Amino acid sequence: MSKPIVVGISDLNIAQKGDVLVTYALGSCVGICLYDPLSKIAGLSHIMLPTIADFSNSNTVREKFADAAIEILLQKMLSNGAMKVRIRAKIAGGAQMFSNLSNLSLAGIGERNVIAVKQELYRLRIPVVAEDTGKNYGRTVYFDSDEGIMRVKSVNMGEWSF
Amino acid sequence: MALKDYGDLNEYQLDALKEIGNIGSGNAATALSDMLERSVSINVPTIKVLDYNSAVESLGGPETILVGILLGLRGDIQGMMMFLLNKEFAHNVLNSLLGTEFGELSSLDDMSQSAILEVGNIMAASYVNAIASLTGLKIDISVPNMCFDMAGAMMSVPAIYYANISDKIILIEDEFGHINKDMSSHILLIPEVESLQRIMESLGLDS
Repeated sequence: MSKPIVVGISDLNIAQKGDVLVTYALGSCVGICLYDPLSKIAGLSHIMLPTIADFSNSNTVREKFADAAIEILLQKMLSNGAMKVRIRAKIAGGAQMFSNLSNLSLAGIGERNVIAVKQELYRLRIPVVAEDTGKNYGRTVYFDSDEGIMRVKSVNMGEWSF
Repeated sequence: MALKDYGDLNEYQLDALKEIGNIGSGNAATALSDMLERSVSINVPTIKVLDYNSAVESLGGPETILVGILLGLRGDIQGMMMFLLNKEFAHNVLNSLLGTEFGELSSLDDMSQSAILEVGNIMAASYVNAIASLTGLKIDISVPNMCFDMAGAMMSVPAIYYANISDKIILIEDEFGHINKDMSSHILLIPEVESLQRIMESLGLDS
């Protein structure tokens, strides 16, 4: 197997022909895995925030936001031969790393990210077939383009696949 | 000129922040040393204006496993302070204070958790006191929070918090060492842009 394709924060990428995508250490961020089982095209996006609508800074990175990134990823997959009706989503992340952050106006950002991701997937009519979200630990996500399996690795809780 | 982005800081201002880090960490190291009854060494602080990915790389990569203690700053300076301790450091702290060991966070008893939080609290308070007396600003710190996880996942917290201001974050980074080389820790001071402006004004460096 070749080296995995690394997706950084506020970044996205696609893989095919058995290549594996990886994004490291999702905290409150959410990793969105999209997969077309027939063309075996996989996509992975690592978003940080729910919506681009709150942002005045127009030259910000669009891949940072749930409501902008997923569509960019989808288009990228479609232009490489994926078909929208076949695409399924698996999502992971959206944790709350520090338990008591109410004073920092950050409370529930993980949860809000997950909700925004689901809303956007619903709007695009992409069903979510698996998710591992919330709780309080970081996750590294591997997503392989051969079978569309999402593997989640954590520090304290071990690892598992979807 | 008012600061709008972390990239706007000039050389003198960066030097001033480095000095703030120096004084703050000197105080924090003394507090730590008093608590542990051992000598603690500190390196000259570095100051970095980085994007998130490089900030995480500078801590050893996203999957480096660390103990993180996060505190909020309020008052005249708003922002966050984060202590990142490696496992050996946390272990040594527990060993000195309680005679116990650091295993997994999930198996850490209340006493050990509160000991680590208290160390974070005392170090943060002495760090912040030093900045407050230097600048004449009033700074409060919030109750600390702890987690034991991947550096990348913990760093995403300040990254998300500052994402509406800038794609970059500013780190005033201090390294604590010990006679035992395996122990390392970082203090990250992450002020908001308006607070940086206020610090510069108080030091007469705002133009």
